[in-house]
Order: sequence, then C-alpha cells, then structure tokens
Amino acid sequence: MSCRYVYVRFCVEIAFMSSSKLGLDPALVHRARALAARAGRPVVDLARSHTTVSVERAVLRLSGMIGADPDGIPWVNRLVDAVREDVGLGHGVALPVFHSLAQHGLEYSAADLTLLAQKAASGSVRFELPTGRAATAAKRAAKRMAAAGIRQIDRNRAERDRMVKRYGDPKQRPWIYLIVATGDIFEDIPQAQAAARAGADVIAVIRSTGQSLLDYVPEGATREGFAGTYATQENFRLMRAALDESSRELGRYVRLTNYASGLCMPEIATLAGLQRLDMMLNDSMYGILFRDINPIRTFVDQRFSRQIHARAGIIINTGEDNYLTTADAVEAAHTVTVSQLLNEYFAHEAGLADWQLGLGHAFEINPDLPESFRLELAHALLARELFPDAPLKWMPPTKHMTGDVFRGNLLDGFFNLVGALTGQGILLVGMMTEAVVTPWLSDRDIALQNVRYVLGAAGNLHEDFVPAPDGFIQRRAHQVLDEAISLLERIENDTLLNAIADGTFGIMKRPADRGKGLDGVARHDDGYYNPATDILETPAKHEEDL
Amino acid sequence: MKSVVRPYGDTTGDGMTQVSFTLPLPHDKKAEGAALQLAAKMGLEPAMLVHAKQMGDGFTFFVVYGSVRHLVELDKVQVVERDFPLLSAKEVNTLVKQKMRRKLSVVGACIGTDAHTVGIDAILNVKGIAGEKGLEYYRELKVVNMGAQVTVPELVAAAKAEKADAVLVSQVVTQRDAHLHNTREMSAAFREALPADRRPLLIVGGPRFDELMTGELGVDRIFGRGTTPREVASYLVHALITNKAERKKAMAA
Repeated sequence: MSCRYVYVRFCVEIAFMSSSKLGLDPALVHRARALAARAGRPVVDLARSHTTVSVERAVLRLSGMIGADPDGIPWVNRLVDAVREDVGLGHGVALPVFHSLAQHGLEYSAADLTLLAQKAASGSVRFELPTGRAATAAKRAAKRMAAAGIRQIDRNRAERDRMVKRYGDPKQRPWIYLIVATGDIFEDIPQAQAAARAGADVIAVIRSTGQSLLDYVPEGATREGFAGTYATQENFRLMRAALDESSRELGRYVRLTNYASGLCMPEIATLAGLQRLDMMLNDSMYGILFRDINPIRTFVDQRFSRQIHARAGIIINTGEDNYLTTADAVEAAHTVTVSQLLNEYFAHEAGLADWQLGLGHAFEINPDLPESFRLELAHALLARELFPDAPLKWMPPTKHMTGDVFRGNLLDGFFNLVGALTGQGILLVGMMTEAVVTPWLSDRDIALQNVRYVLGAAGNLHEDFVPAPDGFIQRRAHQVLDEAISLLERIENDTLLNAIADGTFGIMKRPADRGKGLDGVARHDDGYYNPATDILETPAKHEEDL
Repeated sequence: MKSVVRPYGDTTGDGMTQVSFTLPLPHDKKAEGAALQLAAKMGLEPAMLVHAKQMGDGFTFFVVYGSVRHLVELDKVQVVERDFPLLSAKEVNTLVKQKMRRKLSVVGACIGTDAHTVGIDAILNVKGIAGEKGLEYYRELKVVNMGAQVTVPELVAAAKAEKADAVLVSQVVTQRDAHLHNTREMSAAFREALPADRRPLLIVGGPRFDELMTGELGVDRIFGRGTTPREVASYLVHALITNKAERKKAMAA
C-alpha cells in the first residue's frame, strides 16, 4: 500500500463527511489561498536566493559525512566553517570542497570528506573556488555524492511503504499520537514500545530543551537531556529500529516523530530522511516567533527541510497551536487560519503533497467562556473544510489545564470529541496531568482510555453532525475566515517580513535583521551550486516505482 | 478556631481520603492485597479498594478510598511565605503600565564561558517552561536576551544602552566555582560602571546557587532550580515598583 493509496483512502473517508457542513463560499476560500500565495511569494524568492550554514552542512550529511571531533563538534560544522573562512558561503560548499578533494589527491568518499575536514580544522588546507574544467568535475562529483544520500532517502520511503503494506495502518482515524521524553534514549525506547502496545500509532520523542538553539547536531546515542532527548542520527536509528520491532509485534506500522526546527532544521530533516522517521514537526514561523531565530535564516532553512521531507514521504506537523497558548484562542483564531494557509503555500511550493500536511490547531479556548465547546467545534471544522485533504494535527488543551486533574480529564474528553466530530487526522493525546508532572504510566493509560471511549462511543458521530444552516457554528466559522482574509490582505500589503517584524503573529516583534543565526546566512553569489537542491528540484520520475 | 481537623468525606470527622497509585505488579489477588497493605501503611484504615486495572505487562493501577487515622494539628502547621506576591502576567503588565508608564527593560545573558542557555531561555523566551510563558511574552517588559558566552563588559554596555531596569544572569557551569566568580565579577563591574541609584536590579539564577548568598555575591536576588518566569516577573514588579522605596533605602545604607 503506497502513501498515495493511503491518501486516496483517506480522501474517500473524509469525502463522505462532505465539505459543505459550513457552507463556505468557494470564492472566499480561493481568495484566501491566493492572498497567502501572494504574501508568501517574496519569502520564497528570498529563500531561493540565500543559503545557510545548516543547508550547506545538510549537503555534506547527504554525502555521507558523519562523526565529530574530540570536542563533540561535528565534522560537517568544521568543514563548512573552514570553507566559509576561506571563500565565504555564497557559492555553496560543494564546489570548493570537492575541488579540494581532487587537489589533495583524496577520493570522492565520505571517509575522505572527513579527512579533509580534519585537515581543514588543523589549518593545513586552504579552500578556493574552482573554475573551468575543475569546476565541472567538482560539480559532477558533488552531485554524485549527494545523490547517494537522496537514494538512501528514497529507499527508506519505499521501505516504509512496504512495511505499511505488510503491517497495515491504524484501523481508526485520528491516529493516536503520544509523547515520550525521558532525556535518555535507552529509557525512551521501552516507554515508546509500551506506549505503542497501549495503543499509540505515532510516537514523538521530545527534544532536550535548548537543542533548537544549538547550531550543530549532537552525535551518537545520548543519555542526558533537559526535559527531553537530543535529536541525533544515532538516537533516530535506535528508536526507529525499536518501533519496527513493535510494528511487527502489533501488526500495525508505528510511526516515529521528531522535531525539524531551530537552527539545524535542514540537517535534522536530512537525518530524519536517512533514518526513516515518518513525521516531523516543521513550522514555517515557529522558530522566528517563539525562539527568536532570524526570519531569513528560518525561511531558507525551512524551504530546504521541506524539500527533504517532501522527498522522504514524511508528514510534517505545523505549530499553529502555539499561537493559541500565547494569544487568546478566540481573539486569535484567525491567526491560526492565516498561518495554516501560509504553511500550506510554503509546503506546496517545496513539493509537499496534501497528504503530508499535518496542519496544526488546538483546543485552547477558556472553558469558562460560554459556548466554548461550540466555538472549538466551529474552529476545528473550519480547518477541516479549508484543508479537506490534509491530515490535520489536533492538539489538546494545555493553557487551561490546572492541577485539577479531574476537570482536566473531562476537558480532554471534550477535546477528543471535537477530534472525532470534525475528522482530525492526528490526535495528540492530552494528559490530565498536563502542567503537573511529566506523564506517569497511569496518566497515559487514563488518557488513552479517554480517547478509546470517545472514539468508540462517538467515532462516527460526524455522519450525523451537521451544524444548523446559518447557526452559531456556521456563523462563527465564516467570521474567522473573514478575519483571516482581512489579516492576509494586511500582510500582503505590508509584506510578510514586515508583518513579522511588527508583531502580527503571537505578539512577538521579530525584525528581519535581528535574531539568532543571522550570521549563518549568505546571499547566493553568481554560480552558487547546491547538488541536493539541484536533485530535489528535478521532478522525481516515477514516485510509484520507488 | 479548631486546633485539630480530619479529612471530610460526608460527615465531620470521618477522615475519608481517596488515593490512586500504581504498583509494579500484574493484577491478581495478591496485588490487591499489596495495595491494601500500602493503604494501611499510609494510615488508611479501614480501606476500600474500589478500582484495580492492569496496565501493560507488569503494572496495576489502584484507586483506594478509606478513613485516615491521622489528625491535622493546626497549631503545628508551618509555612514559609514568599516575600513577594505571585502575580499573573496581566497584573504584572498593568502594574508596569500604571506605575512606570514605560516598558520595564530587562537584559539577560549567560556570562563567562558558560554556553548553557537553557535557564535564561526558559525564563526569557516566549516558549517559557512548564506551561508558563517567558518574560518576552509580557507586553510591558522589553527583553533583550544576549545569549551565551557574553563578556561582563558587553553585558554592562548592553544594560546601559537598553537602560536596563534589571539584569538577569544565568549560570549553570559550576566547575571551580565559576558561577560564583563570574557573578562577583559581574556585580563589581556594575558597581563600578554605574552609581547606585542608576544600577539595574541584579539577578542571578542557576541550579547550584545558594539563595541566601545575595550579599556575598553583590546581587539583589538569587533564584534556584525550578524557578518559573512568573516568579521572576513578580519579583521584578515587587522590587522595582511596589517595594521601590525600600530598595532605595537599602541602597543608601
């Protein structure tokens, strides 16, 4: 069963939910999309004309480079830094690096790339830009090496398809998504396997606090993290192997999620593709707004990481839920819609298909507000109908979860009910002990019971659930869409970068010339070459024959 | 006032209590007996095992109701009060807006060779920690987070440029007491660079500080592990607004 088959089946599943429960005006929906595209286009142009240290390191990782120096700094960082020192980043690292291999009589191999990095770190190699035939040779070699990495990503995608065919997908929608986060990969593994046995379809390994601001990817299996486990290539491999075991045992393919965000997005996306992760958190603006990462750095890194995700058949999860934890979930409902539309545009532009768009939204309205449940239904249904073919990611309440675990469990039940009523694709299981402790074994069990009860008792209620024409839910959804359109009009006039600088999203002001990681951005010079982009932007010939 | 109370179920003095816990045992008669034994040791007697459910292979979840024999002696209750009130983000914003009539300026950094921005980011970044947003989220605070490995002169310069009302410094690394040396160096530099009445509030935080060492380190406040952004924001309001007069007095002394 290929991804495409799953996608078709999923479309059939939601087709009978029909896309007219809200009676949205197709012309308005079209207008919203067109505005998002117009607002996003200048940012895409910016992304296409710049590179970053992390994009260049991702190219080297695709070429097979692994490992780190005795201080734990990865060789890819060493090599990119050395090239940048000598010739800058504006031409990309591929040409100077592969030219240097030839100059020093080294082979075009991962091992010799590392050797070159070592030489460069000790100062015994100077990089220069090749010209003429030397440039052509370097280009050819770079492309061959990057292609090997991309072939590995293709093989992993085919392997996933085979495993899904063999073991099957979850029987129900939404897929049940659970988090583990011990900080120690060897503790995470049994917890993840237990969660899968208890019913989780998707396991997310939360990253260590602060990893998003590291400008390198740590190496090896890690046992110490702050409130999470470092994302490393080896940790990815270990966890995927463990979940393959669980998939065999349980007769359903258990998916693995991690986070392509922060300063190393392109590299983490690459490692996810190389180790067959299945979903990645990957939001176009999260790092800018919530981590104060430079906007240009983020958009350049975003585009590359999404191109990798597209190729790898990875489902991305976007982070709109975060807006609602900072701003009011009713007042800011339309900013979620706007961000979803922008995320969709950026995703399509990078080659992602609709079935790969886990657009995010959340159940965060203050439960003390009258009609809060009906408002939640209206917002969730709006997302469903705007993006009928996307497996939406439905996030549980966090902001209004207090130490009152009994009330929290009820709130999670209502959250689950909205998920069932509005055909959400991925449901992050809410914990009644949110904001109290990291979930206990019993918390997780109670939370899963809650989900199973709601899906069992009301999983098909969407068949009967039709909001009254021009009733409260329809009117609210129309209002949010209208507000989203006027915000998009403002953004388009002002440009997206200025809107971000002015604090339009969340309440953060993030000017394009500020923020972390700006010094790792370079404008393309004439003759910039990136073998990975070169391959990724050539349409794949026969996806089905992978 | 009564000096002794017991938990209340539905009758005064019944001592009724409800607890839930997990034992690493498969669910059988023996496990239920084990749960009741634990309940008895916790002081629940008689106890009723009202729910038992196995989770996975070797764990069982129990819910137990029972009467506790313990008495609460109110005259022996001791609490340590925080010396400033814990405010909500809204209250912090309102007070700053009304009383300062400008944004409260905060500059944060990890100084020395310490590259662990986990602490300062948890307090300053919008993302925050444990479900609480960081200081950047507070509309009336102007936050500059300088990140890691900031030198003391850089920090002093930034604090001057930003007209900082408060400077937050995070220190995680404690090798050879680096956190103490760095903090002393920082507070000395501020004393040298600025007259007492223009010196920003100096706050350090980190998992290994002794919260009682403020005088010795020359800072106004030390925050230990588990501190949340809201506590820091509340303290800023306390020290810079509601309790300002007292601080002035202390400075003069």
